[in-house]
Amino acid sequence: MPQKSIRQALNEALRQEMQRDPTVIVIGEDVAGGAASEGQRDAYGGVLGVTKGLIGEFGEARVIDTPITESAIMGAAAGAAVTGLRPVAELMFSDFFGVCFDQIFNQAAKFRYMFGGKAKTPMVIRTMIGAGRSAAAQHSQSPYGIFTAVPGLKCVVPSNAYDAKGLLIQAIRDDDPVIFCEHKLMYDLRAEVPDEPYTIPFGEANIVRDGDDVTVVALARMVHYANEAAEVLEKEGIEVELIDPRTTSPLDEDTILESVERTGRLVIVDEATPRCSFATDVAALVADRAFDALKAPIRRVTAPHTPVPFTPSLEKLYIPSPEKIAAAIREVHGYAK
Amino acid sequence: MQLSREELVRAYRGMVTIRRFEERVQEEFSKGGIPGFVHLYAGEEASAIGMCMHLGPKDYIASTHRGHGHSIAKGCDVVGMMHELFGRQGGLCGGKGGSMHIADLDQGMLGANGIVGGGPPLVVGAALTAKTLGTGTVAVCFSGDGASNQGTTFEALNMAVVLKLPAVFVFENNQYGEGTGVDYAVGSHDIAGRARGFGMPAVKVNGDDFFEVHEAAREALERARSGGGPSAIEVDTCRFYGHHSGDAQLYRGKDEVRRLREERDCIKNFRRRVAEAALLETDALDAVDAEIADLIERAVASAREAPVPPESELLTDVHVSY
Repeated sequence: MPQKSIRQALNEALRQEMQRDPTVIVIGEDVAGGAASEGQRDAYGGVLGVTKGLIGEFGEARVIDTPITESAIMGAAAGAAVTGLRPVAELMFSDFFGVCFDQIFNQAAKFRYMFGGKAKTPMVIRTMIGAGRSAAAQHSQSPYGIFTAVPGLKCVVPSNAYDAKGLLIQAIRDDDPVIFCEHKLMYDLRAEVPDEPYTIPFGEANIVRDGDDVTVVALARMVHYANEAAEVLEKEGIEVELIDPRTTSPLDEDTILESVERTGRLVIVDEATPRCSFATDVAALVADRAFDALKAPIRRVTAPHTPVPFTPSLEKLYIPSPEKIAAAIREVHGYAK
Repeated sequence: MQLSREELVRAYRGMVTIRRFEERVQEEFSKGGIPGFVHLYAGEEASAIGMCMHLGPKDYIASTHRGHGHSIAKGCDVVGMMHELFGRQGGLCGGKGGSMHIADLDQGMLGANGIVGGGPPLVVGAALTAKTLGTGTVAVCFSGDGASNQGTTFEALNMAVVLKLPAVFVFENNQYGEGTGVDYAVGSHDIAGRARGFGMPAVKVNGDDFFEVHEAAREALERARSGGGPSAIEVDTCRFYGHHSGDAQLYRGKDEVRRLREERDCIKNFRRRVAEAALLETDALDAVDAEIADLIERAVASAREAPVPPESELLTDVHVSY
């Protein structure tokens, strides 16, 4: 099977869905780039190249460069979705939700419920998350916990190229608004990805590795850090079961609960901040529904409750490291009542 | 443009339906039958009807918190609306939306909106659908003077021009954003001028005069349908009630509402105009009044009798699938 990067996998998913369904459009800032300039059209293809080449194949009517105008992009996507298109809107950095959240939070997410079940809003918002590039406090956050907390939205946080393609195709075909979070340091990460289109259902976790000693739940880049930690611990005789939920809304609660019922020990790894967060949500789920199975306290390895720092030395401290993850796993593994 | 007799009756029936609906909602709200908040549109009827008479069910509108008039003008069922306001079964949104979220997508009504400035970006999207699919339809955004100060509105106006969309932005300037006067809140005192600044044609019309609104709407919609891009219309109008039902309106002059009802009532003006020009007889107009009074009475009676939604409705329709 061919090896592809996450960038290529996403591009392929978009291209194949646009070929399949003429109502799929791409809209955002510099999704092509170069409009009304002397230089090259499609100069960007999205700031990280995910939408490169689409305008050449599908034209300006379906690959729509916008002004820098996030509220209008999100609102246009919501209004287009509820009237018959399947827009894939790009919000360059997830931090920019701050200037346009009304159109998602109060409009798109709530149409179906407040209109008595008569609306369908099949839109996807692709957006970049993640620290680690010294992009500082306004370009490094991972706010999927906020999206997860909003009824009406679905939230996808893929960790590899295979999942990225299947989940994006699913997101485009899904009839609800979906926030699709792409980690900015993972676009070049390669995996085996089939050429043909395929979907991965939402709410089905991927068990990255099996183990009977400690359950670890992680998302996006943290899946890879947790896996590094698990490999070290395997040599110490600790077997980690690593679960990647892939979507935070809906969340595959059953897979997490079944695993903790077996291991009795849980560590959650989350690059986001810890208050009212994904990590805290999973901890509450297990405390609520699998309390009797627990043999040790639940540990959350997360970013601190701070903005993301700029300087690399502090940013490295901010992001959960494989060492910190390994230490937390050792601690819950060695815990005795 | 000369309207046919049938069109004149339709216009009058539309405006009277809105007026009676709102008067009755005020009465029922005061008696405690309607939960939550209602924002009444009485006084502004010529704007909704003057615009929506040109629209078909496949054209879209987005509305505001003051959305009953737009809903009626766009063809929403009055009985279903009244059920919705009462929070009962048979409501247009099953009792889960209420006054501020009345919507009927089958009629092209994209919803009243609880957020000032929430609608304009959505209309950009509806117009984008029309353009992308080549449906020949248009999208119309009703906003107030208050929304003309919101950033979302500026973004939507610009994007509609950039993408040359079949959209019309109607700004109903009823002189107040909640309890603050428009001359304080709109820095330029000129909403149409603002829209023009974004590169679209814009006119200001007298909202007391149905015929003036109707003509401006016709021009703007012809432009939109023929590929000429978006336009804006500022409608100079007034509201006969407060920001919401129950508003003490201490910010208004003592005599203000009485004077507005005498001098700026678009329905009275319409009756006078058609009588003077001998276009419709008083009997015909009175017959419409009686017909509508009966309709509203039936709507209220039906809503009062209707059961509340079953408890199971709490959890339905959050997502299409989950």
